[in-house]
Amino acid sequence: MKVRAQIGMVLNLDKCIGCHTCSVTCKNVWTSRDGVEYAWFNNVETKPGLGYPTDWENQDRWKGGWVRTRSGRLQPRQGAKWRILANIFANPHLPEIDDYYEPFDFDYDHLKSAPEMEHFPTARPRSKISGERIEKIAKGPNWEEILGGEFEKRGQDYNFAGIQKQIYGEYENTFMMYLPRLCEHCLNPACAASCPSGAIYKREEDGIVLIDQEKCRGWRMCVSGCPYKKVYYNWSTGKSEKCTLCYPRIESGNPTVCSETCVGRIRYIGVMLYDADAIARAAAVENERDLYDAQLGVFLDPRDPAVIAAARAEGIPEDWIRAAQDSPIWKMAMEWKVAFPLHPEYRTLPMVWYVPPLSPIQNAAEAGAIGSDGAMPDVRSLRIPLRYLANMLTAGDEAPIAQALERMLAMRAYMRALTIDGVRDEALAARVGLSGQVIEEMYRIMALADYEDRFVIPTTHREQVEDAYDLRGGCSFTDTNGCSTGSTRASLFGGAKRPLRMPEEVTR
Amino acid sequence: MHEFLFGIYPYIALAVMIVGSIARYDRDPFTWKSSSSQLLRRRQLVVGSVLFHVGVLVIFFGHLIGLLTPIWVFDALGISHGAKQVLAIVLGGVAGVMALAGGAMLLHRRMTDPRIRATSSFWDIAIMWLLMAQLVLGIGTIFVSIRHLDGGEMVRFMAWAQGIFTFDSHAASYIEDAALVFKLHLFLGLTIFLVFPFTRLVHILSGFAAPVRYLMRAGYQIMRTRRPATALRGAGREG
Repeated sequence: MKVRAQIGMVLNLDKCIGCHTCSVTCKNVWTSRDGVEYAWFNNVETKPGLGYPTDWENQDRWKGGWVRTRSGRLQPRQGAKWRILANIFANPHLPEIDDYYEPFDFDYDHLKSAPEMEHFPTARPRSKISGERIEKIAKGPNWEEILGGEFEKRGQDYNFAGIQKQIYGEYENTFMMYLPRLCEHCLNPACAASCPSGAIYKREEDGIVLIDQEKCRGWRMCVSGCPYKKVYYNWSTGKSEKCTLCYPRIESGNPTVCSETCVGRIRYIGVMLYDADAIARAAAVENERDLYDAQLGVFLDPRDPAVIAAARAEGIPEDWIRAAQDSPIWKMAMEWKVAFPLHPEYRTLPMVWYVPPLSPIQNAAEAGAIGSDGAMPDVRSLRIPLRYLANMLTAGDEAPIAQALERMLAMRAYMRALTIDGVRDEALAARVGLSGQVIEEMYRIMALADYEDRFVIPTTHREQVEDAYDLRGGCSFTDTNGCSTGSTRASLFGGAKRPLRMPEEVTR
Repeated sequence: MHEFLFGIYPYIALAVMIVGSIARYDRDPFTWKSSSSQLLRRRQLVVGSVLFHVGVLVIFFGHLIGLLTPIWVFDALGISHGAKQVLAIVLGGVAGVMALAGGAMLLHRRMTDPRIRATSSFWDIAIMWLLMAQLVLGIGTIFVSIRHLDGGEMVRFMAWAQGIFTFDSHAASYIEDAALVFKLHLFLGLTIFLVFPFTRLVHILSGFAAPVRYLMRAGYQIMRTRRPATALRGAGREG
């Protein structure tokens, strides 16, 4: 047993209102720069839809993630190491920028500089890459917002596998949900495995996956290697970039920007202890539907004395062990089994998990039958097909999703009975394998979702490993190499033509 | 002039290349990259880039082995000078045409595609023209070379190249009588060495290093830690 700690996240999709505050605040902080205008470290997709970049979930097309070879070992879907190296001159699986969208801006200046005209002047779009006029914007961030576009296209959604999808194209049967996505900070990251330069690494202390900007050479195998398409090639700097899980914030005990600003309070951040020795076996189980269970098996119970002793022996700080014991991630993923990994079949053991959304009852007659007596509708009659959620979260296994939805419905019925009738309906709780006490705890964490219950983040103990004396006068965090921005106006070695606009000292 | 261009200039070019590369790697590793533009436009890149790179790599190793292997090695192997010259002409010719065709596609793409043109730096464009000129000159030498297949001139170029690396002060004199196209080819080649550290060409070194590092890496994953105690326990982990 090799105990490691990982910062994990859970998103409660049942409460996501699709406001994109997470995406916008993330963009403002991390990707409002040349070369990554098109990149959204966090984006919110409306499902069903093809997503961003187009059809990202379809690994027959993009070759992301891992495959299990006939001998039972794992290898990147792109191919073994020699195969990846053979693609170094031209990566056949790399998306083109049009698969995301061509970034654009508008000629706002024309609005005030236009001469007097018969018609109102308009601000027409212009490419942020070439600076040329774009006559018609063909794609943009969040292009399928609230089921935008025809079902013919959206219906190609990978999660419709094994579903008679035609009926969901009809107006009466249509359904939708939001899916906010960010880097999964996987236990078995395919991006890191695909990098010939060894620039992508996982931090042992908190599991955050980062790209060393000084070691990245722009071979761009990570972009195709990541099945979630959450590594982005910066076309201006020629380096790959990705979500950093806001590590400067996490290190000081603050939640990520996307989580902090989430108005629906759907995001949870906490510590999970896992067994690093169990990863290879768990990711390589034969049946894809066993991957969800296999990943549950990798996590270690932070209250088990043997685990605590092993964690201490590995040098995991006491406050991290305590945080793991109070982790909202552990509660939702392990105790209540209401959170699931996104596409476990990619075999990356992702660490951003999702609580599936409830949806209205399909049949009006059945809807009338739910009274305050705590009777629960069949989760199979919910508007979002169970199989659709299962394809997204458990490689198609419907039973765990059904149980999670039942528990969430039971929580509603139980709390309704408690607050309106003042009755603790233990029978209802028992029907979904829980107790009234557990349901009340679920309600506190998932429905009330207070700040300190959502975010249980221990600080990183840099004081134990760094000599602060040596750091005096050092360079602060930049997105390039230390003190150099790599974009000085008169560098012999080139760099961005349009320099980064960093705050400068006022000389006047 | 001849003495300067082929006796002294090689040392200037090589020194700038080596010192410049070390300085760039050390001082500004953030700028060390392949500068791939595949994301912005896939068209013309896949075929062009593969043709160009494979061709250029064959040419590069052909020159490296052909010029710097002592001539007695070939004598010992029983390869006559004439046969070696014919081999060089055929292999170099085929690879040269490949690289030229691929390079033409890449250059056309770089000059005409609005996305690529707008995001190209001065050196991105200049180095491509230099490499194309060098390829044309290199292929041009074949027409001179083919008129005398005894391998004599080739041996003199080998003596010059090896003379440069063994600090032979008479190195330049060995190629005094070479045809102009050869001299231009040599001069431009040295110039490419000279500008190497200031261009995207530095990715060649990473290209040679990457396979070694990647194939030698234990497993697939890389972990980093700030904790000194656990750092010793091996960074590699089975994927």
